[in-house]
Amino acid sequence: MEGNGEIEGDSRKGVKEMEIERIKSIKDLPPEENVLPGTPTCAGCGGLLALRHCMKALGKRVVIVNAAGCFTLLSIYPFTPFKNSWLYTAMACAPAGAQGIRDALDILVKKSRLDPEEDLKVVVLTGDGAAYDMGLSSTSGAIYRNLDFYYICYDNEAYGNTGFQRSGATPFASKTGTTPPGRISPIGSELPKKDLFEIWNSHKPPYLATISPAHPVDLINKFKKAEQYKGPKLFIALSPCPPGWGIDSSYSVKLAKLAVDTGIWALKEAVFGEVKHTVVPKRFKPVEDYLKEQGRFAHLFKPVRREEALNKIQEMVNEYWNRHKLLL
Amino acid sequence: MLTGNAAAAWGVRLAEVDYIPVYPVTPQTEIIETLAKWISDGDMDSKLVTMDSEHSMITAAGAASATGVRAFTATSSQGLMYGFEMLYTVAGWRVPLVMVNVSRGLSSPITLEPDHNDVLAARDSGFLQIHCETCQEVLDSLLMAYRLVEDEQVLLPVIVNMDGFYLSFTREPVEVPELETVRKFLPPYQPRHAFFKASQPMAQGVAVLGGSMYSYFKYQMHLASQNALNVYKEVCGKFEKEFGRNYDTIEGYMLEDAKYVLVMTNSFSTLGKAAVNKARERGIKAGLLRLRLIRPFPVEDITGALKGRRAVAVIDQNISIGKGGILHSEIASCLYNEKQRPHLLSFIGGLGGKNISPGEFEFIFDNMIKVRGVEGEGEKTSQLLYTETEWKEMARLKGIAGKG
Repeated sequence: MEGNGEIEGDSRKGVKEMEIERIKSIKDLPPEENVLPGTPTCAGCGGLLALRHCMKALGKRVVIVNAAGCFTLLSIYPFTPFKNSWLYTAMACAPAGAQGIRDALDILVKKSRLDPEEDLKVVVLTGDGAAYDMGLSSTSGAIYRNLDFYYICYDNEAYGNTGFQRSGATPFASKTGTTPPGRISPIGSELPKKDLFEIWNSHKPPYLATISPAHPVDLINKFKKAEQYKGPKLFIALSPCPPGWGIDSSYSVKLAKLAVDTGIWALKEAVFGEVKHTVVPKRFKPVEDYLKEQGRFAHLFKPVRREEALNKIQEMVNEYWNRHKLLL
Repeated sequence: MLTGNAAAAWGVRLAEVDYIPVYPVTPQTEIIETLAKWISDGDMDSKLVTMDSEHSMITAAGAASATGVRAFTATSSQGLMYGFEMLYTVAGWRVPLVMVNVSRGLSSPITLEPDHNDVLAARDSGFLQIHCETCQEVLDSLLMAYRLVEDEQVLLPVIVNMDGFYLSFTREPVEVPELETVRKFLPPYQPRHAFFKASQPMAQGVAVLGGSMYSYFKYQMHLASQNALNVYKEVCGKFEKEFGRNYDTIEGYMLEDAKYVLVMTNSFSTLGKAAVNKARERGIKAGLLRLRLIRPFPVEDITGALKGRRAVAVIDQNISIGKGGILHSEIASCLYNEKQRPHLLSFIGGLGGKNISPGEFEFIFDNMIKVRGVEGEGEKTSQLLYTETEWKEMARLKGIAGKG
């Protein structure tokens, strides 16, 4: 029956964290490659780099359940870059696809129709459009049902595959195809980025983390930690998008790093709702260092400096870190 | 005595379905509540999960089917619409999912009682469609449906349809077969096409770029659906051998010498059969053709049953706004190239569960008898059935609403 009667509510918090073997440097990254080169993603795709690291952590015994987005084009008949299985669903319902596969695998193993050795980890892979907007209901449902799955959201802060239009993940002042800075609306997007981490965290899933392709050690350690939990294990990867962000394809990692160093992208994790920051810069760089590198924020600097908007972005970042008492 | 919904639940139980993602919607809900109770009581070894929407429900059912279990789900009306995107998607996965649709008119105006705009909206999706008249037929069709779509020549999902209220909540005598007999008819599902396992990585539902690849896969679905016509006949024969009940793609009622034939589907066919009896009493050589298998469309069977008749009236319990009856168009396409083609009339009736009264049936038979030449009345456009009493009642209600 539903829920398996295994959900024990807040008593889950009592589960003691197991000691995990952490890696210390990029030299310790798993050497195996489970996403092979030759994909049709754009040069410098930050999301693909994040995914490559995630798949190193997850291994081969995986079925990826994909929602419509850039990464749908990873598997185009008759090719796939993955060593694992794949199911493309539709934009709104990859977590529901994961539910069907997880339940079916459990049933097959339980009824002795599938060798437990053949079992798979079920991994949802979606962009921010699906995660923040259209697929929020199916994601909430899957977390609520305590589905044993992984969720990787590659968040490039807009509908990238359709050419970069505003999504719920688009930050304040970003230029996108549907928030073009103009005479009436000089700032671009006037809405701040939706806080998906907190939305997901309100469900108190066993494990939830933000990750960055520029911090692979932090990323791998988070997957190692997540592995001990049965239930939803969710990851949001800020993913620089060279064509959308208006950066050179060689700058992706630099931008991903700057997002963390300026405090714009907080690297953190939450275990059953308890949030902990995993990388806190010793000294935060000014947000301008991050913004001025990107074409999507160029209108904040030229032809006139949009002081108010720039201050607002800095204040939002300061407010976040103050709230978490981490601004030194 | 079982309701249509309970008969559907018995079909699922006897088919020993492994997995049932659900979402409540009237008038289908009794099916999933019945299954939930059986599972809770240990009478059925299945897993039932309440999903967050029909869109998620059809996705989960299809994905489970693509992993290799026998899956079932059920919906109605708005629910079918909400999950609509996934009908096409799951059909393209080529998985043998069985779904019950309990027909209900579509919003707006929002309503509860049946017509077939919901299920017929899904006619191009790749799901096969079996439409039922009786509660027994619902149970039997579920068993036949699994056998049909799990055949390797088919591997497409299927909708088994029944009318909301008129069948879903109507109790009729139903013979519930023995599980051992069902097992002889319906062996366990052995997925050889779609499954997930570690030793054999498989990419399913992948994108294609370009029309030639896309067409290839769509043509394959069409050809598989056509294969289902022959497979259906085999399944039908085996079902009759095991259970003694025969369900052809179409059902003829007093057709043998009939000159004037009604074409109907689902539970209202019972009203049509009563009208045929009455017309016979009046000396009219009346008959009825009930369409059961709507997808694939059994063109040859239908043509065989209708050619040479003097007039045929298709009563569509649906309306394609701006065109008329959906099945009328489909029947017309079967008959157009026939030398002995009958006059073909189109009527819309029973929308949102509106009754079709004996007077309306008389009107239809009179129209069939009157019709002359290709320019006959009712041959080019659909006639909308509505009685004077209904008209007066509507006028009264409009008065109350201040629009009198």
